[in-house]
This record gives sequence, C-alpha cells and structure tokens, in this order.
Amino acid sequence: MTETVVKADIIEEVYQKVGFTRQEAVQAVEIVFDEMKSVLGKGENLRIVGFASFNLRSKAERVARNPKTGEPVRIKPRKVLTFKPSKQLLEKTNRLPYEPVHT
Amino acid sequence: MTKAELVEKVAGKINLTKKQTEVIVNTVFQSITESLSQGKKVELRGFGSFRIRDRNARMGRNPKSGDKVAVPAKRVPFFKAGKELRELVDSEDS
Repeated sequence: MTETVVKADIIEEVYQKVGFTRQEAVQAVEIVFDEMKSVLGKGENLRIVGFASFNLRSKAERVARNPKTGEPVRIKPRKVLTFKPSKQLLEKTNRLPYEPVHT
Repeated sequence: MTKAELVEKVAGKINLTKKQTEVIVNTVFQSITESLSQGKKVELRGFGSFRIRDRNARMGRNPKSGDKVAVPAKRVPFFKAGKELRELVDSEDS
C-alpha cells in the first residue's frame, strides 16, 4: 500500500518549520492552494521554479465513440490542465529503489 | 504566474511579509517533493493528487540520427487534477 500524504500533513510541516501558530499555518497553506486554483481558473499558466509547471491546453472538438454501444459522441472543445515536472523534481523522484522511509 | 508572483499574491492576503510567505510556499513544495521521492502519494482535496508512476525501460530512437538508444526504467511524478480544479479550468469565464 502506498502511503498517502494529505493537506494536514503539509500544514504540520509548515507549522513545525516556520513556527507560527497552527491556525496561521492552516490559513497560509489553504491560501496557497486557493491562489493556485484561482490563477489556473483565470486561464493563466503557473510555473513554480524547482517544482513544476501547470499549463492549460485547449482541446479541439472531436468525435469519439461510446465504447459500450459504439455510438459516435461529440466531445466539446475544452480546456485541460497539464503538469510538467521540473528537472529538479524529476531528478529527486527518480530514485531506484526508493530509499527506506524512517518516521 | 511565477512562484514569486504567487508569493506576493499570498502575502497580500495574510498578514505576513513576503519573506515569511516565501518560506511557507517553499515548504509546501518541498514537502510534496520529499513525499514523492519517498514513493508516497499526496492528495489535496479540491486541488488534485500527486503520485509516482513507473516507466518501463524501452528502446527509443535518437530523433536526429535515427540510432536506437536504450531508455532505462524510471520513476516520474504525475499529477491528476481534482474534479473541482478540472471543472474550474474548463469553466466559461476562463
């Protein structure tokens, strides 16, 4: 089973490292993700140096098929989000094998 | 938007200096990076999830010369936008 990290774990790390109150850490982390969402929602790309880029792409309309019935379905033009990891992130995550985790 | 602009935006919304906000923003991304490098999955409600995908070794080609090259197996980070974010970027006003 893959261990899952959630927002609360990130908040805890910010709290430990930065030394605000827990309430402030919660608020700060929430605002970071809200702000990222709002930027992308406005149609703007987001580049976090050393981490990754979040880019928006417009997809043209196309005709696909319902795999069950074989009927053609029109897929409307839409915008999708793509994720492009930075070189640094790729280097850090490409560890073979995973180093054992001590917690 | 760049990270510096994100920091500025966030700093404007909380009562912290740009410096303090930068530390927070850096910690957030370092934390995600660290978790991924340990093979953990990161799930952020309303935003999306980050995880590692395994890529098998394969034979590739040098697009310039056409020579065959062995591409080794690797682990790459992968992001899947959550429903909320997916709908947000595809909404009419964006």
